[in-house]
Amino acid sequence: MADLIVKAFQQALNLIINGDPSVYGTVYRSIYVAGLGTLLSCIWSIPIAVVLGLYNFRGKWVVKGFFNALIGIPTVALGLLLYLLLARHGEFGSLHLLYTLNGIAIGQAILVTPIIVSFTANALGNADTSLRDLAKTLGASGFRTDLTLIRETIWSMILSITAAFNRGFGELGIATIVGGSLVGETQVLTTAISVEINFGSFDIAMAYGIILMAIVIALALVIALVERIRSEDRPLNRFIMWRGLGGG
Amino acid sequence: MSVNLQLIDIKKSYPNVKALNSISLELEGGKIIVLLGVNGAGKTTLMRIMAGLENADSGQLLFNHQPIDCKAVRQVSTLVFQKAAMFSTTVYSNLAYGLRIRKVPKDEIKKKVADALQIVRLSGFEKRRAKKTSGGEQQRIALARAFLLEPHVLLLDEPTANLDPNSATIIEKAIVNKKSIDRIIVMATHNLTQARRIADEIVHINNGVIVEAAKTEDFFENPKSEISRKFVNGELEF
Repeated sequence: MADLIVKAFQQALNLIINGDPSVYGTVYRSIYVAGLGTLLSCIWSIPIAVVLGLYNFRGKWVVKGFFNALIGIPTVALGLLLYLLLARHGEFGSLHLLYTLNGIAIGQAILVTPIIVSFTANALGNADTSLRDLAKTLGASGFRTDLTLIRETIWSMILSITAAFNRGFGELGIATIVGGSLVGETQVLTTAISVEINFGSFDIAMAYGIILMAIVIALALVIALVERIRSEDRPLNRFIMWRGLGGG
Repeated sequence: MSVNLQLIDIKKSYPNVKALNSISLELEGGKIIVLLGVNGAGKTTLMRIMAGLENADSGQLLFNHQPIDCKAVRQVSTLVFQKAAMFSTTVYSNLAYGLRIRKVPKDEIKKKVADALQIVRLSGFEKRRAKKTSGGEQQRIALARAFLLEPHVLLLDEPTANLDPNSATIIEKAIVNKKSIDRIIVMATHNLTQARRIADEIVHINNGVIVEAAKTEDFFENPKSEISRKFVNGELEF
C-alpha cells in the first residue's frame, strides 16, 4: 500500500512536471466545469440567499429547510435526472448539452445551489443586527442597508462559494452520467480516476487524486491567506480592504 | 428659531412588556436633555423611536411642528449606540459612510473626517481598522461619525458607559461643544453625576412613564416626585 502511494506521488509529479497535455487538459476541464457551474449558480443562488437571509416572509423556514435538505443530494440521482432531461428525446434535448462540458457545468450549478443558498442565507441572517440599525441611523435607505449587510458578510459568502466550487470539483455522478467521460473531451479529474481504476491503473488513478486534492488544498490555502491578511493591520490590506459603499 | 421635536402620547409595547406608556415631550434646540432612569425604564426604546429605528404603537412625532414619519426622522436624527457598532473597514470609511450616502464631494469628506477625528482626539486614525481599536476609541469614532452628519437631533444612548475616565471626559466635552440652536441633543444615562455636569434639562423615566421633567438644578435640588427624589438619593429599588 505504502509503495503504491509513493509510486502515485512520483507518478503525479511526473505527470505535472512533464507537462502531459492530457493531464493538463483534464485539470483544465475540471476547473472549467466547476468554475462555470459555481459562477452560474451564483447568478440565482445569491439573490435567493439575500431574500432568505434578510427578509421575513410566511413559510421562510420551509424554504430554508428545503435548501438545507438538498445540500446532501446524491450526485448520481441529479445526474440521472439531468440525463433524462438532456437526452435527445428529453425536454431539453434540443439544446444538445448531453456529453458536453457545459452540460456538466449546468448540472454542477444545480448541485451547488443549496450550498451557496444555505450558507449565505445563514451568514446574512446571523449578521450583527446593530449594523442594520447603524446603517439606518446614518441615513442609509433599505436597499443600501441590505448592501451594507451583504458587504459585511462577504467573507462568509466567499467561503460558501469556495465550498460550492469544491463540491463541484470533486463530484463524480453528474460528470459521469451527463459528461460521459469522453477522453480528451468531457473527461474531468474525478471521471479520469474512475476510468483508471476500472483499467486497474491504480497508480495513475492515485496520481489524478493527488492532483485533485492539491488543487482543493491550494485553493483553501489561498483563501485562508487572504482572510488572514484581511483581518490584520498590514499595508497589503489597503488593496483588499472593503471601502464604504457610495464611492470615494 | 431653534429646532423643535415633539412627542405626543407615544406608546410602545413588546410581547409581555409595556415599554413606553403615553410619553409626551417637547424638546428644543440649543439644549442638552438627559434622559435619566434605571435599566429597563424605557430610555433606549424612546431613543430608538426618536431615531426612527422603531415605530411607536401609537402617538405622533412632530419635527418643527410638522408630523414626521419613521423614514423622515432618520434624515434629521442620528443615534449613537451604547455599544458602538463598527463596520468591518477603516476608521475613515466608517466616518465617511453617512457623508457618501449624502453625496458629499470626496475632498470635503476627507476634510470633514479629519476635523471630526480631531474633535474626539483621534487624529491620524483614518487608516486603522475600526474594529481593531479599543472600546473607548470606538465610542469616540461613533461620536465623530454622528457629529459629521450635523444632525438636528443628536441622540446618545449611554455613550460613556463602561469607558475609562479619560475617554468619558473627551466624549463629554465633545458633546457639550456640539450644543447649537439648530440641534437638540438627547442623552440617555443613569449616571447622575454626569447628568448634573452636562444636562440643561432632565427627563426622568420610570417604568415607561415620564415621572418628572425639569431643569437640571431643580431636578437635583428639589425633585417634585417621590420616585425622582428616591432616584436622586439612590434609594430607588429596581
